[in-house]
Amino acid sequence: MSRESDFYLRRLHSLLGIIPVGLFVAQHLVINHFATRGAEAFNNASSFMGNLPFVLFLEWFVIYIPLMFHAFYGVYIAFTAKNNVQRYGTFRNWMFLLQRVTGVFLVVFIAWHIYETRIQKALGAEVNFDMMAEILSNPFMLAFYMAGVIAATFHLANGVWSFLVSWGITQSPRSQAIVTYISMAIFLVLSVIGVQALLAFVL
Amino acid sequence: MSNNNTAVQDRQQQTAQKTVLFDVRRQDTADSQPYWESFEIEYRPNMNVISALMEIRRNPVNKEGKKTTPVNWDMSCLEEVCGACSMVINGRPRQSCTALVDQFVQPIKLEPMKTFPVVRDLIVDREFMFDSLKKIKAWVPIDGTYDLGEGPRMPERKRQWAYELSKCMTCGVCLEACPNVNDNTNFMGPALLSQVRLFNTHPTGAMNKDERLATLMTDGGIGECGNSQNCVVACPKGIPLTTSIAAMNRATNVQMFKNFFGSDHMVD
Repeated sequence: MSRESDFYLRRLHSLLGIIPVGLFVAQHLVINHFATRGAEAFNNASSFMGNLPFVLFLEWFVIYIPLMFHAFYGVYIAFTAKNNVQRYGTFRNWMFLLQRVTGVFLVVFIAWHIYETRIQKALGAEVNFDMMAEILSNPFMLAFYMAGVIAATFHLANGVWSFLVSWGITQSPRSQAIVTYISMAIFLVLSVIGVQALLAFVL
Repeated sequence: MSNNNTAVQDRQQQTAQKTVLFDVRRQDTADSQPYWESFEIEYRPNMNVISALMEIRRNPVNKEGKKTTPVNWDMSCLEEVCGACSMVINGRPRQSCTALVDQFVQPIKLEPMKTFPVVRDLIVDREFMFDSLKKIKAWVPIDGTYDLGEGPRMPERKRQWAYELSKCMTCGVCLEACPNVNDNTNFMGPALLSQVRLFNTHPTGAMNKDERLATLMTDGGIGECGNSQNCVVACPKGIPLTTSIAAMNRATNVQMFKNFFGSDHMVD
């Protein structure tokens, strides 16, 4: 296999992780948060998003195609690394490992999540508060979704950090350290938003 | 202990009874199976791993008292500037010449840097790095068919800063530390990315900077970096490798846009 295009694919992978996939994840978690205001608020928001003009076009070009490229090329990246946190237990080396572990987990989680929601919708089911409440009434699925949301917020937050390095924006150790704190804040905030929404379906 | 002894003699008597334990990962030929062999040698003050290996070479007897072949290793300068004696000591790659026995937990485990092909025992073949140096044109071209005259001056402060990057001795420790330098990739490794920054910084070297960046944008180049940042932790010369990598990320990205959007000049 020729790898001459690896540089460009890597850059594309880094870019798509933030725009549009990262932005979509953040938007998705925020819309989900309507669940904390009750079933009706969530259903209104969900049907607004689900009935946007050109929704199929938006889904394919803003979500599915970039997400699939990011996911499948990411799995390739993850499995080419030989992790060595036993030898170098530094913070960054752990982040490197966790970025790959959460990424591979997210491929499984998102595939399942799309099957349970979007594909069921295509088959005639209605995606609404009750559907999610029923899915999450199973404690195992609730734990699975919690893990999925937290993995996604971590992968996005840490991805912001490596995006800024890969594009040469943060060069100095000091700027990279400050962005580490900012990325951890993004992780915490998005995690709280995501988990609150999940709990709203079961409480 | 006799009271007639001097303090130095006392210390020598004490240390003569102390021994140092070594576990060495050995491999007789490039293709044969590796095996472990233990050695117990007399302790001497200020001993380093190389003086211990020399002791084993002088008297190649393993811990069981059986005569064996001397352990092979590579070395040259003995002052941590050549990089030849790099090996993995107690799990971490570093130079064996500056590895003082007193600083290690025993038994001291010696292994070759297996990221590179093992030649014999602790000797590895670092030719991959030297080939990569050729690929990135890690030199300043000054030859012409006529006298090219003086080159542009380099500001002194820039020279001082670039000197830090020039301390790289191609020892291979950062490649051994990097999770992305392995059989699955052709990644040339952190040191080489920093060398591009060094030669692109030099005022004469900068006249070919687009050629070096073009190499970084091909297979095995900067795209393979995954930002684990082990390299900067591992580097024995304290080279700011991750800063170099981020700087080269910026430079290659700018070059990528220049190439695509059709600038009519290649350099600057």
